[in-house]
Amino acid sequence: MNKCMERLYNGIIKENPTFVLMLGMCPTLALTTNAVDAMGMGLTTTVVLVMSNFLISLLRKLIPEKVRIPAFIVIVASFVTIVKMLLEAYLWELNQSLGIYIPLIVVNCIILGRAESYASKNPVAPSIFDGLGMGLGFTIGLTVIGLFRELIGSGTLFKVAVMPDSYEPLKIFVNPPGAFLVLAILTAFQNKFKLKSATNVTQQEPLACGGNCASCLGTTCTENHEKIELAKQEAKNKKGEDGK
Amino acid sequence: MKEKFHVSSSPHIHSGVTTSEIMRDVAIALMPASVMGVYQFGFQAFLVLLVSVTTCVITEYLYEYFMKKPYHPYECSALVTGLLIGMNLPASIPLWMPVVGGIFAILVVKQLYGGLGQNIMNPALAARCFLLICFTGQMTNFSILTPSEYEASNRGTYLFYHGAAAVDGITGATPLAAVKTGESVQLFDLFWGFTGGVIGETSVIMILIGAVYMLYRKVINLRIPLAYLLSFVLFLMLFGGHGADPTYLAIQLCGGGLMLGAFFMATDYTTSPITPNGQIVFGICLGILTGIFRIFGKSAEGVSYAIIFCNLLVPVIEKVTMPTAFGRGRKG
Repeated sequence: MNKCMERLYNGIIKENPTFVLMLGMCPTLALTTNAVDAMGMGLTTTVVLVMSNFLISLLRKLIPEKVRIPAFIVIVASFVTIVKMLLEAYLWELNQSLGIYIPLIVVNCIILGRAESYASKNPVAPSIFDGLGMGLGFTIGLTVIGLFRELIGSGTLFKVAVMPDSYEPLKIFVNPPGAFLVLAILTAFQNKFKLKSATNVTQQEPLACGGNCASCLGTTCTENHEKIELAKQEAKNKKGEDGK
Repeated sequence: MKEKFHVSSSPHIHSGVTTSEIMRDVAIALMPASVMGVYQFGFQAFLVLLVSVTTCVITEYLYEYFMKKPYHPYECSALVTGLLIGMNLPASIPLWMPVVGGIFAILVVKQLYGGLGQNIMNPALAARCFLLICFTGQMTNFSILTPSEYEASNRGTYLFYHGAAAVDGITGATPLAAVKTGESVQLFDLFWGFTGGVIGETSVIMILIGAVYMLYRKVINLRIPLAYLLSFVLFLMLFGGHGADPTYLAIQLCGGGLMLGAFFMATDYTTSPITPNGQIVFGICLGILTGIFRIFGKSAEGVSYAIIFCNLLVPVIEKVTMPTAFGRGRKG
């Protein structure tokens, strides 16, 4: 079960789809005007993600390599249709406020990305937890953005007024520019406080590339990442030898 | 021997003009229009200007203090930004709004992108658009007290606080909004600035005096403003629906923030192209966009959005219009 917990941690913190992987930006920017919609969208996506990861992982040996993407899409689309119908039946209001973004979950890159990079290569149990972790990470990301935008932009939290009456809402935060502002600032904080990675080391360390992403197109990142992994491996080996 | 050589990187020859001198010139050039604005809209306009300038300077100081960066109090760039923000606000605005705008301009638009010379759009205009989206009501409220309120108030203090505009009985709508709804506008009033509007945009003559001073001091050159105004006039002639009607064109030229924008905002060094041809292209883009916003847009205004939009195009424009260095062939 340890592997499953690792998947949860990976999805929520280490590779958070919103703040680290920067996936699924379309619903992130469009549906975070208030925390209720944001959370609804996140949870809907989580359900689809868990189900599709489960089924794809189950069928991973049956799906031929060459047609795997259409097969994944068909599976995801089926689950999205089911979820859409369920929402229409039981959560009509949420369905109305999410609108076109529910069918669009089919093309959400998080879902296809997890199917392709994890569920199609791993056993069922970790795949389910991978979907759950990613989905919860997405939900948390969306809800946090939604909370900030709602609080500043309309003075409410989960549609309950919390600010005093004299508070003049900064309407820009419930408009599209606000989505970019809040996402960028939260991502900046996330980068400041997150675990060390290839681009996020201090200047003294030998592997730092200075963080100048504008001039590198990501190649240095990958190289550095490999170097860090290699260094870790070596350190481990050394430790092992010392232990003996 | 070694320490007798002073090693420094290029450029080794420079004109001696510093950022602070340029910024001081811009601030001086903004003075006539500000004074006119204060005369027109009274002490409340002065308060708005004062609050926005103070906010910008303090925000810049605090940011650089907490980020442990060297602070250059004489650089005056925050002062100019603050002054421009204030001049882009209506005088009747609650005084905490310039504070919000000033903090946004300096902290988010200027410092988070790397400070002086690194911002991707004009901080003052970005703050204006930020406030315009946030507080549309207050930002487009140019009304003054109604005649009955005027009768009831103490004339002396009233005049002091609300300025000459109130006495002249200037109505709420800005000239451009009036033109858009089909009312007539006195061109003379527009030129001298006896109209409603934001603090710094009303008086064309005062803005032009400032612009001439900047041209004399070689702070700006005419490429961007001329390309801007000419392409705007041309666009209006083609699509304005009034043809080459000189009155209509003059009202569109003198009304709104066009003059202030063309001479003071579009020519901002950081957010305009550095290449001569690029400056002309930049001006033409501005003219066309302003025309589109004014004629086909919902609002009568369009200068601020046009300028910050074109600010974002600057890197592309510079890339395309990069001149060939002397002695090098066209290809190579």
